[in-house]
Amino acid sequence: MNENSEYILETRNLNLYYGNFLAVADVNIKIRRHQITAIIGPSGCGKSTLLRAFNRMNELVPTARTEGEILFNNENIYDPSIDPVEVRRRIGMVFQKPNPFPKSIYENIAWGLRINGFRGSKSELDDLVEKALRDAALWDEVKDKLDQSGLSLSGGQQQRLCIARTIAVRPEVILMDEPASALDPIATLRIEELMQELKKNYTIIIVTHNMQQAARVSDYTAMMMLRNHEDRSGTVIEFDRTEVIFTNPRDKRTQDYVTGRFG
Amino acid sequence: MTAITSSLRDITFEQQLAQRQRRGKILEIAALIAILLGIAMLLTLLVDVVIDGLPWLRPQLFTEFPSRFPEKSGLRSAIQGSIWLMVFTSIMVIPIGVGAGIYLEEFAPRNRLTEFIEINIANLAGVPSIIYGLLGLGLFVRGLGLGRSLIAGALTMTLLVLPIIIVTTREAIRAVPRSIRLAALALGASQWETARDHVLVYSMPAILTGVILAMSRAIGETAPLITIGALTYIAFDLRGPLDIFTVLPIQIFNWVSLPQKGFHDLAAAGIIVLLVLLLSMNALAIWLRNRLFIRW
Amino acid sequence: MTNRRILEQKTVLVIIFLFALVSVFTTFGIIGVLLQETILFFEQVSIVEFLTGTRWTPLFASKKFGVLPLVNGTVLVAAGAMVVALPLGLLAAIYMSEYASTRARSVLKPFLEILAGIPTVVYGYFALLFVTPILKSIFPQTQAFNALSASIVMGFMILPTVASVSEDALSAVPRSLREAAYALGATKAEVATQVVVPAALSGIAAAFILAISRAIGETMIVAIAAGQQPKMTLNPLESIETMTAYIVQVSLGDTPHQSIAYQTIFAVGMLLFLMTLVMNIISYFFTKRFREVYE
Repeated sequence: MNENSEYILETRNLNLYYGNFLAVADVNIKIRRHQITAIIGPSGCGKSTLLRAFNRMNELVPTARTEGEILFNNENIYDPSIDPVEVRRRIGMVFQKPNPFPKSIYENIAWGLRINGFRGSKSELDDLVEKALRDAALWDEVKDKLDQSGLSLSGGQQQRLCIARTIAVRPEVILMDEPASALDPIATLRIEELMQELKKNYTIIIVTHNMQQAARVSDYTAMMMLRNHEDRSGTVIEFDRTEVIFTNPRDKRTQDYVTGRFG
Repeated sequence: MTAITSSLRDITFEQQLAQRQRRGKILEIAALIAILLGIAMLLTLLVDVVIDGLPWLRPQLFTEFPSRFPEKSGLRSAIQGSIWLMVFTSIMVIPIGVGAGIYLEEFAPRNRLTEFIEINIANLAGVPSIIYGLLGLGLFVRGLGLGRSLIAGALTMTLLVLPIIIVTTREAIRAVPRSIRLAALALGASQWETARDHVLVYSMPAILTGVILAMSRAIGETAPLITIGALTYIAFDLRGPLDIFTVLPIQIFNWVSLPQKGFHDLAAAGIIVLLVLLLSMNALAIWLRNRLFIRW
Repeated sequence: MTNRRILEQKTVLVIIFLFALVSVFTTFGIIGVLLQETILFFEQVSIVEFLTGTRWTPLFASKKFGVLPLVNGTVLVAAGAMVVALPLGLLAAIYMSEYASTRARSVLKPFLEILAGIPTVVYGYFALLFVTPILKSIFPQTQAFNALSASIVMGFMILPTVASVSEDALSAVPRSLREAAYALGATKAEVATQVVVPAALSGIAAAFILAISRAIGETMIVAIAAGQQPKMTLNPLESIETMTAYIVQVSLGDTPHQSIAYQTIFAVGMLLFLMTLVMNIISYFFTKRFREVYE
């Protein structure tokens, strides 16, 4: 279909609930292919909830409910005919805290390939593991200890292992939920450099607390905030090119937030 | 999402998602069946017991002593024995168990001895109950010369139930927030006064619940009491703690072991009595939990 | 503080410290009592005969003291019980931890708790008078007392223990691991069997060993339903005798104190104690390893 259209994801009148609580209200944004989109905003405004809606991870919370549509290559991923398992294979996720499986480094990457039906030979699998680790800029550090536990790596290495694990199954979009918040500045820098590399082949959406990080890495920025203080629902109040958001925002609240005058 | 292809798709995945989901469904159904099998077995057991035992659930069951004839047999001595055994066991095990729990949770220094005591308690909880029977036989029946008496049985049960009471006491005490202790200490209370007037008082419903549940386990215990020599045929009323005695589960065991069908049905009736007793104790514990627990 | 208050605290502390020591005395008491009679026993019977002999007839005129038939009976029944309890218990745990809604849990869990709370003498009744007749109608060669009915019923009795300890282990696996697997496109069953269960493996192992230990020490079901014939057989349809059932058998008779028959139950008890002790220790280490990883 629209393989080469400009937009890969689009939300339409998206409302996200936990039970009766409307956590994220009325989001309408279009995500550009092969770009990095940042979602910023104060704590508790629903950034992670919105991010998790993009690959239906929200459904793992029993009370979660979704209204509206998210189009992925013009197809609604919330259509009843769509299996969330398939959505998540194509829209991967990297989490706030590194969460490698308590298996070997090799198995951390091979497992996703195997469950998704990779039927190639052992040497093909070896090649794919190596490629994923190279793409995640981790190969040189771990090539001699692939059989060691993923948990034996440092925090920054673990997070790159998680990125390698994600790209190994060839998603089209990678969702990143504050991927560097648990890391030191040097490890953070490496992840940010890596994102610039990955952008050539993947679309990235990143939630971040850190406005400098959003300004450094992203092409587009969605500014989220509570609509008002009565219903506590978060929404996207402004969405534009990152430089516009940071230098010349239309919304007064965005300006106050990015200049640190908020709250 | 068949139409979507990625520029990057250098690998062919044979997704077979439908098949994977089907396999998942099989696991879910198998797992549910495992639980339902357990429940089915429980219900079958209860129905079987009720069908066999209900006709024998008549006044004589409670007023008669055991006899050679099923029609004339009853649980009189067994019910007396069970009740008095519980009374004597409670009198001993509650102060010891709760006291030990308070000591370990509130006072014990972090040292080798404390660690040793804790390992001991954990290990005792895993010792088969019949071993406690051998302990009771060697220590109380023979060693202290108490004979096959009710008090020897109660002492044996005390040691058997003790680890459970200690563990539940500690859990109950641990639920009392630290801030409460600090508040009492800041008013000039000693550590013991804090434990006595606050920690113990606020955790009492939880401790009581634990004690009742532990006793409901003890009332069904059979093996250790057989080992210390509790008798199956007692045709007189219990007069004191040094009397020989029998209890409900031993009487049931005896009747199951006899060849006549009448005794088997009598055993079923005895089981109904035992289960009703257990159920009421559990109901009491649940009631306590819902009514008196403090939610911090 | 006044002297009276200080005195009260000191007195109470000494008393409750002694209460805490009761558990230590219990352990020493068990070991002491078992050891005392076991030593007397081994003054008359060689330890080699006891541990390697295949005939157990201490209550007959021609006395043989080979404990292996009792061990054989114990292991046979316990193994049968594990065939029922381990797979069903683990599946039940997976259902409770990964599939059941909050409401389904609140309905199912009490049933499992009741199953665990039924006195063992009741299970014995059920094994002898309900299960054995059914087995007889399927396998006519089934004996009136047999290992199989005891095994089946014991398996169901232990199922809730396996389920609840395993469920604790599965629930302790961090949510982040499940999320990582889902985000790669795994199905619920793949997450459960390939990520959660392997991550909880040492906790599940602890549950399994605890279950075996309980099966070996279980008394009333086998005393009622499995028979009193110590023999070396692997046929579960035959009458056998377990270590625990033997202790009950002797306890029910009028065995004079200081007779060799009286001492045998302590020797058998010692063996039983050591077997369960070893398993409890292994289970303890698995639990500890599991806690070190996730708590």
